[in-house]
Amino acid sequence: MGVLKLTREKVQNVDLINRISGQNVYDCYQCGRCTSGCPSADEMDIVPSQTMKFLQIGEVDRVVESNTPWVCLACLICSVRCPKGIDIAAIMEALRLVKLRNNYDFVHPNRIPQEDLEELPPIALVSAFRKMTP
Amino acid sequence: MTVKIPYYPGCTLKATAKNFEDTARLVAGVFDYELDDLYRWNCCGAVYGLSEDNVMHKVAPVRNLLRVKEVGEKRVLTLCSMCFNTLKRANYYVRKNKDKLEVINAIMYLENTTYDGSVEVIHLLELLRDEIGFDKVKKAVKKPLSGITVASYYGCLLLRPNEIAIDNMEQPTVMEDLMEALGASVIDLNVKTECCGAYQTVPRKDLVADRTNLIVEEARKAGADLIITSCPLCHFNLDRRQKEAKERHPDFHPMPILYFTQLMALAFGFEEEKLGFKPHYVDPRPLLKERGLL
Ligand code: SF4
Ligand code: SF4
Ligand code: SF4
Ligand code: SF4
Repeated sequence: MGVLKLTREKVQNVDLINRISGQNVYDCYQCGRCTSGCPSADEMDIVPSQTMKFLQIGEVDRVVESNTPWVCLACLICSVRCPKGIDIAAIMEALRLVKLRNNYDFVHPNRIPQEDLEELPPIALVSAFRKMTP
Repeated sequence: MTVKIPYYPGCTLKATAKNFEDTARLVAGVFDYELDDLYRWNCCGAVYGLSEDNVMHKVAPVRNLLRVKEVGEKRVLTLCSMCFNTLKRANYYVRKNKDKLEVINAIMYLENTTYDGSVEVIHLLELLRDEIGFDKVKKAVKKPLSGITVASYYGCLLLRPNEIAIDNMEQPTVMEDLMEALGASVIDLNVKTECCGAYQTVPRKDLVADRTNLIVEEARKAGADLIITSCPLCHFNLDRRQKEAKERHPDFHPMPILYFTQLMALAFGFEEEKLGFKPHYVDPRPLLKERGLL
């Protein structure tokens, strides 16, 4: 294990997440409350509190490339319970947006099976496209 | 005198959740309210945009609020929890951030008027609790729902974040209080504020099926016969995803999922054809017949 190096590029990546989300990832003191209430934590490569830690040490790529932002439900449990008032759900959104703004589709509208399209309500499709397509 | 109240339907209440809208109209009518569809409404975008550096996702909800102002009204009623959340959060945001409101108004430059934050967004549950009152609800009951035990499922969007919550964010009771006014027995569902999986129902049926399994099983363990909701996406996930829940969890037992307005209309004596039970994946009728309510 090497010494932790915060390069200029890494700091800029963290600044981008802070700017998109309107949050300050350095506020987190790792209490773990966000993770303990997160209904998707079991599905995540990196749980919410770990995500905060990785961001603080500049490992933005690592969380952006994890499944974490894509199994988040935007349910806001983490955000309303964080004792530091951090809107973690907004940080998850920022992690999605850095990819979506580069024209990445997590959900491909033309690859949803026909039988699913026939039964899914508009509210499911609209919300999935809003969160997971550019 | 009938009170006309501006009503924002949203896309799903005109499509797969027509039974929610229809029964809400019946229920409102009992108290002399008429849901008046908002003129030229547009989809609100379903989910509130959480980014701070881009107001684009807030334009759709704010444009609906502008429509309410345009027709000279001061408030707008919603039924869908997601519409409620998106409209109310956008409203809260532009009230707090006048500079962002100016940007949004500039984007909507083709409109005849500007928005100013003056409209109130309310949910039908608030109208029932705060304006009509559960005493009146109780008096309107013709067929008390004694014999069924109801679990109330709130999900996320009626309660979070706190500035838009219709009730105590961690321990809400408005739906339980309403069900008691209808004569039903209620249980306190321990996962009533935990997400159903939301939009993951598109790419990750399995994830949502596991949430459905958990929520339905918790309701059953607490003694519930059925679950009520106020969100068409919760409804789809908790009802239709029981198919996948059963495939993944062989011990799973189906449970009917109803909109709270369907149970109200039932208690107010409307006939079965008007209650909109046909589109349900888990048919509530056998249970309601067995308990003498149909
Ligand atoms: S709840 Fe807040 S402070 Fe605690 S670990 Fe999560 S983000 Fe950090
Ligand atoms: S918003 Fe996302 S990260 Fe936060 S608790 Fe919900 S699922 Fe977990
Ligand atoms: S919140 Fe839902 S139902 Fe409401 S308009 Fe938007 S997508 Fe449609
Ligand atoms: S539980 Fe799911 S569908 Fe229901 S309000 Fe939450 S996100 Fe919406």
